[in-house]
Amino acid sequence: MPFDAANLFPILPEIAILVTASVVLVLDLYLKEQDKDINHTLTLIGLLVAIGLTGAVGGGETRIVFDGNVVRDGLTDLLRGAILVVSLLAFVYSRPWLKDRGLFVGEFYVLGLFAILGMLIMVSANSFLTIYLGLELQALCLYALVAFDRDSKKGAEAAMKYFVLGALGSGMLLYGVSMIYGATGSIEFGPVAQAVAEQGMDNKVLVFGVVFLVIGVGFKFGAVPFHMWVPDIYEGAPTPAVLLLGSAPKIAAFALAIRMLVDGLEAIQPDWQGMLLILAVLSMGLGNLVAIAQTNIKRMLAYSTISHVGFIFLGLLAGSAQGYASAMFYAIVYAVMSTGAFGILLILSRKGFDAENLDDLKGLNDRDSWYAAMMALVMFSMAGVPPTVGFMAKLLVLESVVRIDLVWLALVAVAFSIIGAFYYLRVVKVIYFDKPNPDMPVLTTSGGVRFAMSLNGLSLLVLGLFPAALLSWCQSVFV
Amino acid sequence: MYELPLLTLVIWLPIIGGVAVLASGDRGSDISKWIALAFAILTFAISLGLWSGFDAGSGQMQFVERAAWIPTFNVEYYLGVDGISMPLIILTTFITIFVIIAGWDVITYKPSHYMAAFLIMEGVMVGVFSALDAILFYVFWEAMLIPMFIIIGVWGGPNRVYATIKFFLYTFFGSVFMLVALIYMYFQADSFSLLDFHDLELGMNAQVLIFIAFLLAFAVKVPMFPVHTWLPDAHVEAPTGGSVILAAIMLKIGGYGFLRLSMPITPDASASLDWLMIALSLIAVVYIGFVALVQQDMKKLIAYSSIAHMGFVTLGFFIVFTIIRNPDVAGGAVMGIEGGMVQMISHGFISGALFLCVGVLYDRVHSREIADYGGVINTMPWFGAFVVFFAMANAGLPGTSGFVGEFMVILATFRADFWWAFLAATTLILAAAFTLWMVKRVIFGEVKNEKVAGLQDLNGRETLNLGVLAAAVLALGIWPAPLMEVMHASVENLVVHVSECKLPASEAADCVLAVPASVAGLTGQP
Repeated sequence: MPFDAANLFPILPEIAILVTASVVLVLDLYLKEQDKDINHTLTLIGLLVAIGLTGAVGGGETRIVFDGNVVRDGLTDLLRGAILVVSLLAFVYSRPWLKDRGLFVGEFYVLGLFAILGMLIMVSANSFLTIYLGLELQALCLYALVAFDRDSKKGAEAAMKYFVLGALGSGMLLYGVSMIYGATGSIEFGPVAQAVAEQGMDNKVLVFGVVFLVIGVGFKFGAVPFHMWVPDIYEGAPTPAVLLLGSAPKIAAFALAIRMLVDGLEAIQPDWQGMLLILAVLSMGLGNLVAIAQTNIKRMLAYSTISHVGFIFLGLLAGSAQGYASAMFYAIVYAVMSTGAFGILLILSRKGFDAENLDDLKGLNDRDSWYAAMMALVMFSMAGVPPTVGFMAKLLVLESVVRIDLVWLALVAVAFSIIGAFYYLRVVKVIYFDKPNPDMPVLTTSGGVRFAMSLNGLSLLVLGLFPAALLSWCQSVFV
Repeated sequence: MYELPLLTLVIWLPIIGGVAVLASGDRGSDISKWIALAFAILTFAISLGLWSGFDAGSGQMQFVERAAWIPTFNVEYYLGVDGISMPLIILTTFITIFVIIAGWDVITYKPSHYMAAFLIMEGVMVGVFSALDAILFYVFWEAMLIPMFIIIGVWGGPNRVYATIKFFLYTFFGSVFMLVALIYMYFQADSFSLLDFHDLELGMNAQVLIFIAFLLAFAVKVPMFPVHTWLPDAHVEAPTGGSVILAAIMLKIGGYGFLRLSMPITPDASASLDWLMIALSLIAVVYIGFVALVQQDMKKLIAYSSIAHMGFVTLGFFIVFTIIRNPDVAGGAVMGIEGGMVQMISHGFISGALFLCVGVLYDRVHSREIADYGGVINTMPWFGAFVVFFAMANAGLPGTSGFVGEFMVILATFRADFWWAFLAATTLILAAAFTLWMVKRVIFGEVKNEKVAGLQDLNGRETLNLGVLAAAVLALGIWPAPLMEVMHASVENLVVHVSECKLPASEAADCVLAVPASVAGLTGQP
C-alpha cells in the first residue's frame, strides 16, 4: 500500500514529542553541567508545541489512519491535551528536586518524554496491537524512572517490583488480546466489535479473553486485587517519578479501558460490568480503609489512588455514554489533583531531605500559607467536598450508577468516601493545626513553581464552580 | 429598584470580602479587620433590602434568580426566598457583624484569616438558605464545613483537633446520604429544582428511604438526640465567634432543612414517622435538659441547652401531622411551625449572646469552668446585668423572645396530645434550673478568687455587641408580630402542601393525610 503523507497529520503531537525526546537525547551529550537547563526548557517547549498541535489537528471528523491502527477522535483530543498539560506541570515541579540531588540530567527528560509518547499512542490507538505498544513504551520508561536515583536501594527495589508485576499485568493483557484475536480474527477495534456483537458470550475463548483483558486493565489502574504494586512503588520511587507515574498514566489507563472495553467489546458490556463492579467495590473499600493507617504520605496517596480508581470504575461500569463521560471527567480531575499533591511534596523537599511523612507537612500554614491553601484545596477535592471539583467528579459518577438503578452501589461509594474524608482531613489538620518544627527552613521556591502550583490548585476550585465546560466536552466525546 | 440580584449580592459580597481580607494580610495594622467589618455591615444593609422588598402576602418564592449552571444535568443557579428562609438570612448577616466585632482584639494569630473565614462562611450560609436547586443547596451545605473546620481547628481550645474532626465527619456522614437521595429524585423529576421535588409523586417506600437520608443530614446538623454528641465538643473547643455561628446559625440550617426538604418532599413519610421525630424531640428537651444541669463547663452547658431548645423546634415542626390528622384542632398546625421558626430566630439571638458572654469571661480569665468563677457581679456589674437578662431569656421569661416560640410550640402540642405538651413544658422548669443555677454560681455570691476580683467590666465593643443583641431579644419578645407576618403566608402554604397526599394513585389507600376538605380550616389562626 502506498504511503500517504496525510496519514501523519493526525499524529503530529506524537511526532512533536518524539522529536523533542530525540533532540534532548542527543543534545544532552554535548551539554556542560551548568547548561542542563536547556534540557528542561526544550522539554517544556516540546510539550507546549504538542499541546498546540493537539489543538490544531483536533476537532472535526474521526480519522482512522495507518491501516486502521491509529485513530484521532474527540477522545484522543481531550485525553492528549490532559496528559500533556499534567505532564508539563510535573516537569515544572520536578526541576528543583532534581537539581538539589545532582540528578538534573537529560535522561530524566528523555525517559519522561518517551513515557508521554507511550501514553499518547495509547490514547490514539485503534487496535489491540497499537495500544499494547503504547502501553509497553510507557511502562518501560516508567520502570527506569522509578530506578532513576540509582544510589537509592528503595528505588531499585521498587523498580524491580514494578517491573515484575507490570510485566505480569502486560502479560495478562497480551494473553487476553491473543484470545480475542483467536475468537474474532482481528486486532482492530472496529472488526472486533462487529465480531463480538455477532458471537456474544457463547464463544468460550472470547470469555477467557475478556477476563484476562479486565485483569490487565485492573493491573494498569492498580485496582484491588491487582493493586499490590501501587503502595510500594509510590513509597519507594523518587517523588518526581511518582509524580509522572501517578498522574498522567491514570488518564492513559482510562484510555486503555475505554478503547478496549468500549470500542472493542461494548457488545458484551453486561459481562465486564460485573467484573468491574467487584473491582470497584473492593478498590474503594480497601483503598480508603488502609489509607487511614498510613503515616507515610506517599503511601497514603497510593491507597487514595486505589480508592479513586474504584470511583473511575463506577463510571465505566455504568455502560452508558453518560457513565463514560463521568469516568473520564473523574480520571482527568484525579490526575490534576494527584499532580498537585505530589507537587507540594516536591516543593517541601530540599537538598538531603524528602518530604514523605505526614509530619513533614506540619505547620505548612505558618511556613507558607499560599501553598497550605493549595494543598488544602487538593485534599478537600480528593475528599469530594464542594465547592471543589472533586465533588463534581464524585457527583457525576454517582449519578451514572443511580441512573442504572444501582442505588446500593452509590450508597456503598458514599459510605467509603466518608471514611476517605478522614485521612484527607488529617492532612489538612497537620497543615493548619499543628505547629512547624523549629528546624524546618523557610520554603524557597521559584516563581515558575509557584505559578504552576497556583494554577494547579485554583483550577480545582474554578472547575468545581464552573464544571459545565469540561463536562460538556467530556460528554461530546461519547455521543 | 429590586431588579438588583439581591440574593447573589448577599451571597457573594461577603465571599469577595473574605478574599479581600485575606489579600490585605496581617501586616501589623487593623486594616484587614476594618475591611471585614465594612463588608459585614454592607452585606447586612443589603440583606435588609430583602426584608423591605418582601411581599408578605405571598407564600411564593421571591427575589428569584435562575440561570443555567451545568446545563447537561439541568443543574441551575436557582435562588429564591420565602417567608421561611428570608428571616434566617437576615439573622445570618446580622450575627456575622457581632462575630467580627467580638474577634477584634481577641484573635492574635492571623486575624485576617479568621475574619476571612467568617465572611466566607456567611456567604455560604446565606447560599444554603436561598438555594432552590438541590445541587446548589448541597454545594453550599457542604462548603460550609470547610471554613468551620478551619475555624475550630486553628483558633480553638486545647482539644480542638479532636473536636473539629468529629464535627466534620459527623456532618459529612449525615449529608452524603442526602446526596444520593437528591440524585435519585433527579431521575424521578428530571430536574434538580427543589420546587419540582415538592411536587414529585413518590411511593411510600421511596419516601421513607428519602426521609431517612434527609433525617441523617438534618438531625446531625440540628442536632437531635442521639447524634448530638459532636456539638458540645465543637462548642467547647471553638473560639467564641465559632460557637456563636454554630449555635446561632448552623443549627438553624438543620431545622431549615426539615422545612424546605423533608416535610414538603416526603410528607407521607414524615406523617407516618412523626412519632419518631416527636419522641426524639422530647428526649432532647427532657433528657438533654437534665444533662445540661450537671455540666461544669459553661460552654458545654449552653451547648446542651441549645440541643434542648432545638428539640422544641423539631417538636413544633413535626407535631403538625398529628394536628392535621385530627380535623377538630387543625388550626394549631400553622402555630406549631411558626413557633418553631420563632424559636429558631430567638435562639439565634440568645445563644449567640450567651456564647459572647462566656467569651467575655474567657478572654479575661481563660477558663470556662463554672467553679472558677463566683461573684462576678461585684467586679463587672454591667456584664452581670446582661448575663442575667440573657439567662432569663434562655429560660423563656415572658417579654423575651425565648418565651414566644416556646409558648407557641407548647400550645400547638396541647392540641395534639396533653402528655407530649406536659413533657415539653418541663423545659420551663429545666431551662430555668440549669441557666439560673449557672448564673447563681458564676455571677452572684462572694468574689471567689483573685482573678475574679481583678476583672474589668465590659469595654465599649462588648457593650455594643451585647446591648444590640439584648435589644433584639426584647423587641422580638414584646412584638413578634412583624416576624410572624412575614412568614405566615409561607408557613400556610407549607402546611397545606404537607397535608396533601403525595403517594401515586396505586398506593392511594395508604394516604394518612389527604383531608382536603379541612385544608381551609388548617390555615386559619386558632
